[in-house]
Amino acid sequence: MIKRSFLGLAKPRLQYSVTVGTVQELPVPSKVILLLKEPQNGGRGNGLKVGDSVKTGQRLSASPEGVEYVISSVTGTISDMAPYVGMLGQKCKAITIDASGQDDWDDSFNKEPTLDAALKFFEYAPGNPSFKAFTDPEKSISAIVINGMDQDLLLTANQYVVQNEAADIKGGVDALKKMTGVDRIVITVPDNLVQQASTTGADVKSVSATYPSSLPHMIMKDVLGEVVLAGDSVEDAGVVFMSAEAVAALGAAFQTGQPCVTKIVTVVGKDGKTTNVRTRIGTPLKDVLQACNVSLNDRDRLIMGGPMTGAAAHSEELGVEPGTDGIVVQDETNSAQVTDYPCINCGECVRICPVKIPVNMLVRFLEGRFYEDARALYDLDCCIECGLCSYVCISRIPIFQYIKLGKYELSLIEIAEAVNE
Amino acid sequence: MSSEKGLIPHDLFPWKPAKVSGKAPQEKLIVAHAPHWHDGSKISTKNYNIMIAALPAVLFGISQYGAPALGVIALAMGSAMVWELIMNLAMGKPWSIGDASAAVTGLLLGMLMPATAPWWVIALGTFIAIMVGKQIFGGIGFNPLNPPLLALAMLVISFKGVFDFDEALRHYDLGFAMAYPLGQLKYFGTAAIGKFSVGDLVMGKQAGAVGSTFGLGLILGGLYLLLRGYIRWEISLSFLAGVFVTALLFNVLGDSSKYAGPFFHLFTGYTLVAAFFLLPEDSSSPANFIPMLLFGALAGFLTVLIRNVGAYVDGVPFSILLMNLANPLFDKIRPKAIGKVVENA
Repeated sequence: MIKRSFLGLAKPRLQYSVTVGTVQELPVPSKVILLLKEPQNGGRGNGLKVGDSVKTGQRLSASPEGVEYVISSVTGTISDMAPYVGMLGQKCKAITIDASGQDDWDDSFNKEPTLDAALKFFEYAPGNPSFKAFTDPEKSISAIVINGMDQDLLLTANQYVVQNEAADIKGGVDALKKMTGVDRIVITVPDNLVQQASTTGADVKSVSATYPSSLPHMIMKDVLGEVVLAGDSVEDAGVVFMSAEAVAALGAAFQTGQPCVTKIVTVVGKDGKTTNVRTRIGTPLKDVLQACNVSLNDRDRLIMGGPMTGAAAHSEELGVEPGTDGIVVQDETNSAQVTDYPCINCGECVRICPVKIPVNMLVRFLEGRFYEDARALYDLDCCIECGLCSYVCISRIPIFQYIKLGKYELSLIEIAEAVNE
Repeated sequence: MSSEKGLIPHDLFPWKPAKVSGKAPQEKLIVAHAPHWHDGSKISTKNYNIMIAALPAVLFGISQYGAPALGVIALAMGSAMVWELIMNLAMGKPWSIGDASAAVTGLLLGMLMPATAPWWVIALGTFIAIMVGKQIFGGIGFNPLNPPLLALAMLVISFKGVFDFDEALRHYDLGFAMAYPLGQLKYFGTAAIGKFSVGDLVMGKQAGAVGSTFGLGLILGGLYLLLRGYIRWEISLSFLAGVFVTALLFNVLGDSSKYAGPFFHLFTGYTLVAAFFLLPEDSSSPANFIPMLLFGALAGFLTVLIRNVGAYVDGVPFSILLMNLANPLFDKIRPKAIGKVVENA
């Protein structure tokens, strides 16, 4: 944890980690756990059941026409299916597959780079790329940004891909151009990776190594010079973001004919030692930690993602998800603790906010649950969710959590209003 | 296993320790929201640093006025903490004296008092500061006015004699002109302040309150707080600039036999202690850049205005309290958030 410097006149600067190590290949795990989202409209098929045998690369969906699916990362049999509720109430099925140890590849994926193939096989690729915006008639996508920088501090998974798998990214860029028809493809990388990135065929832009310059909204503003309006997504502004790892997976898959079932994860131990590992999607966190010699104690935090935006997991039996760029283990004494102290109006959050939100006022409204006022008067929707306000808060208010809660409550209100109309 | 009774992940998640035979139950992990890092700042650390920064000026005051000055500081800090504790107990709230903000309030009020102030004035002062100034609004973070200044203003109005420094300190002979510079200026004009050189004023050779006469000590303490980021330079420096410019304009454009020069105003009365310890108090000052500059500059302007043409000898308590009231309005001046959609009616 990076503490406040002794001299505090200048605001703290958190730097992304840009020294990329090697990758340790992990063996195929004995079981994988995949989270299959349940469709929001409640339609529930029973296409999958315990005892089904599955092949590596097979598309598993509740019903054949289902939009939500997972790609099996091993060959074996489904040993358990249990309901699971994600962080913001997203209902999922946790599918456990016992691996047989050998890979028998499913052959339903063909090498034709079409949008249909991408929608059908790559939404569960490492990095969670989303292709839905290309088919949405309300959005006109004019550019694709490949983020070669990692989203959070300490992590180097994406940078590893840019450094070592630039050829695959090139393949992915070509496939993206072919399937989407979008000509403007930009890759954003830290300064030290500009040379590798220039071989990918995408337009190379360098981003600063200071957090949060690699978050999509910041890239939109600083690199593309377009400000995303409050409450809009980057797709609304006509840009689709994908991680370098996702594009490399795309490129590799269209070359080999096998969808990518592995994920590069940066594992950070309690002592701050970082290891990059390549493992099957769905590998239990426990197996990954064991391979990296990281042990867990009571009251530790096991963070999926990075220290600023990652989610603390409740169990080490969860699987590595396609979006899990990092696994950070933190000792209780090193973790940020929150309090219920009131805001003292010191203004640190106001001065560090990258989008100039009056956080001191916003947090008062959020604490009082005046979510609609928070949005209308104090720019709740402008928040890009970097977490810096909580990081510097002297009262240790969970500001970031209040913001996420406020946005979530507002989304519920919007859904309820849409239903009533 | 696939029943959906509750919605708590722990209940729904199938891999319970009991099912894993022959293995120790898994560790209980802490689930919390991001960010998982914090810069380590704490309210108590900040307040301890404010106390450290105040030490040079306070120690100088104690060395000048001896045990009575120590008594004033100790009683002010102690009684402020007792009032805070009583209020915590009365309201059934968690004890908040550990954050040291009550101690700082007491310390600052003590620094503004003459060494000869009677004990009951001090105890009453800290009562006003803690109860009326802070706790009735909800405690730390909710006070619209600066607590020590509110107490000072009420005491100055109520007990004029206690704050007549010339009268209060008449028994002291410290080897320099034992007169309160601002009082001399007010009643006898600039002719009477020739005996105070700027150097003497900075080195504390002037009569005044326990912790507000030693200019050099206050400046050092203030610089310490500025550099460590515990106070905002925008407020302190704009206040000093406001005092300087206003005093200069009065001195140059007005009657120079009546209005003293800018340096005199900077180093006398409560100017420096206000600039570095009172004005930047968090809750009662703005947080945005332009409002901070306006807040400080206008407080400086009002201070000199009250000193030169107002009824009171020192304008600090009143000018800052007035600015505190305007603080919510100041903070309406803020930059447009990036991405904000402005709808034109």
